[in-house]
Amino acid sequence: MSYLEYTVKTVPSGWRKVLYLNWPLIILLTAVACVGFLMLYSVAGGALQPWAEPQMERFGLGLAAMFITAMVPIWLWRNLSALIYLVALALLVAVELFGAVGMGAQRWIDLGFMRLQPSELMKIALVMALAAYYDWLPMKRVSRPIWVIAPLILILAPTFLTLTQPDLGTAILLMTAGGLMMFLAGVHWAYFAVVIAAAGGGIYTVFLSRGTPWQLLKDYQFRRIDTFLDPSTDPLGAGYHITQAKIAMGSGGWTGRGFMQGTQSRLNFLPEKHTDFIFNTLAEEFGFVGGFSLLVLYVLVLLFCIVAALQNRDRYSSLLILGIGLTFFLFFAVNMSMVMGLAPVVGVPLPLVSYGGSAMLVLMIAFGLVQSAHIHRPR
Amino acid sequence: MRRTPRDSAESSRRMTRRGLLLGGAQIAFAGVLGLRMRHMQVDQAAEFRLMAEENRINIHLIPPSRGRIFDREGRLIAENEQTYRITMRREDAGDVEDVIGRLSALVDLRPEDVTRALEEMRTSPPFLQVTVADRVSWEAISRVAVNAPALPGVYPEVGLSRFYPQHETFAHVVGYVGPVSERDLARYEDPEPVLRIPRFQIGKVGVEAKFEEQLRGSAGAKRVEVNAVGRVMRELDRREGEAGADLQLTLDSELQDYIKARLGEESASAVVVDLEHGDVLAIASSPSYDPNKFVRGISVGDYGVLRENNHRPLASKTVQDAYPPGSTFKIVTALAALEAGLIRPDETVYCPGHMEIGSRRFHCWKRAGHGHVNLEQSLRDSCDVYYYDLALKVGIDRIAEMGRKLGLGTAPDVPMSAVTAGLMPDRDWKRRERGAEWRIGDTVNASIGQGYVLTSPLQQAIMVARVATGRSVEPRLVRSVGGLQTPSRGGTPLDIDEAHLKLIRKAMFVVSNSRRGTAYRSRIIAEDMRLAGKTGTSQVLNRVVRNQDVPWEERDHALFVNFAPYDAPRIAVSIVVEHGGGGSSTAAPIARDITLQALYKGTPPLEAYPAGDRERIKAQQERLEAERAKRAAEAGRRA
Repeated sequence: MSYLEYTVKTVPSGWRKVLYLNWPLIILLTAVACVGFLMLYSVAGGALQPWAEPQMERFGLGLAAMFITAMVPIWLWRNLSALIYLVALALLVAVELFGAVGMGAQRWIDLGFMRLQPSELMKIALVMALAAYYDWLPMKRVSRPIWVIAPLILILAPTFLTLTQPDLGTAILLMTAGGLMMFLAGVHWAYFAVVIAAAGGGIYTVFLSRGTPWQLLKDYQFRRIDTFLDPSTDPLGAGYHITQAKIAMGSGGWTGRGFMQGTQSRLNFLPEKHTDFIFNTLAEEFGFVGGFSLLVLYVLVLLFCIVAALQNRDRYSSLLILGIGLTFFLFFAVNMSMVMGLAPVVGVPLPLVSYGGSAMLVLMIAFGLVQSAHIHRPR
Repeated sequence: MRRTPRDSAESSRRMTRRGLLLGGAQIAFAGVLGLRMRHMQVDQAAEFRLMAEENRINIHLIPPSRGRIFDREGRLIAENEQTYRITMRREDAGDVEDVIGRLSALVDLRPEDVTRALEEMRTSPPFLQVTVADRVSWEAISRVAVNAPALPGVYPEVGLSRFYPQHETFAHVVGYVGPVSERDLARYEDPEPVLRIPRFQIGKVGVEAKFEEQLRGSAGAKRVEVNAVGRVMRELDRREGEAGADLQLTLDSELQDYIKARLGEESASAVVVDLEHGDVLAIASSPSYDPNKFVRGISVGDYGVLRENNHRPLASKTVQDAYPPGSTFKIVTALAALEAGLIRPDETVYCPGHMEIGSRRFHCWKRAGHGHVNLEQSLRDSCDVYYYDLALKVGIDRIAEMGRKLGLGTAPDVPMSAVTAGLMPDRDWKRRERGAEWRIGDTVNASIGQGYVLTSPLQQAIMVARVATGRSVEPRLVRSVGGLQTPSRGGTPLDIDEAHLKLIRKAMFVVSNSRRGTAYRSRIIAEDMRLAGKTGTSQVLNRVVRNQDVPWEERDHALFVNFAPYDAPRIAVSIVVEHGGGGSSTAAPIARDITLQALYKGTPPLEAYPAGDRERIKAQQERLEAERAKRAAEAGRRA
């Protein structure tokens, strides 16, 4: 067991662990979340309800979950990785079979006290599973085909399940995060060249399937892609969202129109202003200064993760932290690209800022894992 | 399993490498996002700001009040009256059906209006105001206002609508306004936004249409902020509009009203032109219609009645109908011959009652013939053969040239609808339009105002005005626009020998004042008011039967033109009575009455009439007076 490698004496234990938490990272995350509260307060027209207050409660819950996760030694998490992955996969199958249908997609299981979105859980579970796999796998086997196929299955199974929900955004996130994890683990370059070529072919096939009985995407997904490629074709229909989002963004200018003065969001021109398009409200009301500041916060979080990962001599910890940083990056990069008109609208929330329970909780737990890896790092 | 130290070192090196590479890529992508943000928010900010403003700011127009129309004495012809309507807003009403039920207990609601309003409220956003009843009375509105607490979401609204206090009298001149139609919008390349205001009225015909631009004024505007579904959030600012310019017409309400009464049930038209400035004192077409009906939206039934009436009340006969001028045209033929120097006034032509031209025989209206006639006698007796002879000498081109000089063949420049140019034919015209050569017979017909020649009553009046003054008088209908006087249209001297004009005027005087003249019975005996005229009878069908023996539609048109007073002409008058029979019997008496009414600016003294007519005229004056009083009372009641 690899925890035997650690010189247990130097690893903090009991309440001393709290002192060894990566506090700057916690402060950064709280800052990001506060930006979210502020914007949710603004889009509600200057009210804590219906969004800002529940979001704060969830963030509190998330912080608690993060602390608890952080207190658990990282090796225990590593040993649980496979199990967590299997549970997440089982839940994905369950949601496929019994899930509630909302907004045209089958995404969550109603647990009574909260709605569980297994696809959110899977984002972390997949990273954990891959990190554990490559921790276990000797280096010289990493690029052997048989050892490449196993993680591919780990990635593609949940990807396929989320795609059928349908949740294109999560599917893309899972696939990209998984692929990049393999890259980090040291899988040979040639595989990626092949995959990229195959992806090109795949996209081509997806478009080819349009209008045939075996159509791979739902009509609305195709339309989203169409209007992304040329929003002007449908300025009042599907392209409306993209156009209005860009107007909100651009009209912010350097310093924005002022807190709660954004006309696009206040007058409801901006769609989904409390979830996917919350960044546009920020950019409209606080301008380039506000939007860029949030971007800087995100990059700082990312840098903390990368530095923490590279300092950590435990392979599982490094891979896990890099993977979580990567997932976090994919969240905000895809969301921002989408709301700035650089990517089609696929429904990815802005991490820690968009209104939403599952995503917030799962991300906080993920950062709890980062903290755990940080506290229990070999010294 | 335990890793060898080497394996571990190699793995961590590779991961560090790839981790750094990937981290770098991530940060680079974040940089791209930052640049994109900068591009949108800094470089394109102005563009997007504008789009955001366009999104949120709606401009609501405030309709301008339309300019009023007055007659020459400042009496109102068209004004704006306040109209009241009842509107409802669904979101304020709560139970819409219930509120409508209570509302209908208070005011009369038409069931179809209620159905439409309910439908509209169901389909439109809840904050939209929907009209439940239009043009409701002041009493009904007051009842709604008093009961406001019991009628949530019901709002009385005030608007302006056109009203013509003189009803039928000016319908053909002033026309009417109506709501903007799709056709109206299609007429403009870039329709003014004010036209899209619901219920906005624009001129449809007549002066209302021709002076639309001046009468309309400019709309005010308020800028309001709206949200994505169009609900008004607040008013940002407001700019008041400018009312339309008032028009003063040259028409005289009294005279116009008298003419309307005098024409009675005849299908007739009358034009009175002032000779000094070309002012049209009266231009009336009979029968008429009430333009207010059109403003309010005429019912299909009422419209059908107007359309099917064979006296054509909708037609503005003074300008839009062209008739063969008949013998009144002899003035033109005679002047053309005099100007060409081809005849002397005392030269005579022998009239045996007909004339052989080519293989055809052309008859004089008097089968027995007039014997030897000179110029003056030819007009006095309206001898046709004399003019056949002139026609052969002068030729159509010179006749047409004179006709055009006197204003025929071109549309008079008056701001009325469908103004006809009539027709002043010549050789070119026939070749161009009919593809045939001009024949001598055509000239012969034209010389007595038959055949191809067509003139409108207004053109006839202008012709006489020009003969009476020797100036190129043009009709002036609008005296001032927004207080700004329009230039006089008295004209400049025509290039016609004054001596020749005098001969014609003298001959016209003889027509009306010589015992043998065709209009002697309709003379004026007041010394300084005597008129000079010319009768005309234009054939509707080519036949030789007495008018009394044929149906109304086939009878001849009766025409009369005159100027007065003879010694110092002030007005020119033109009358056409459709299917009225003879010019001297039907049109001339009307012309005389109108002339006197115009010259005396009111009911003329009986002394102006020949002694034998006074009894009859007195009765007629009293009858017309009573009729007008009755109509005025009726109009007062309706208003």
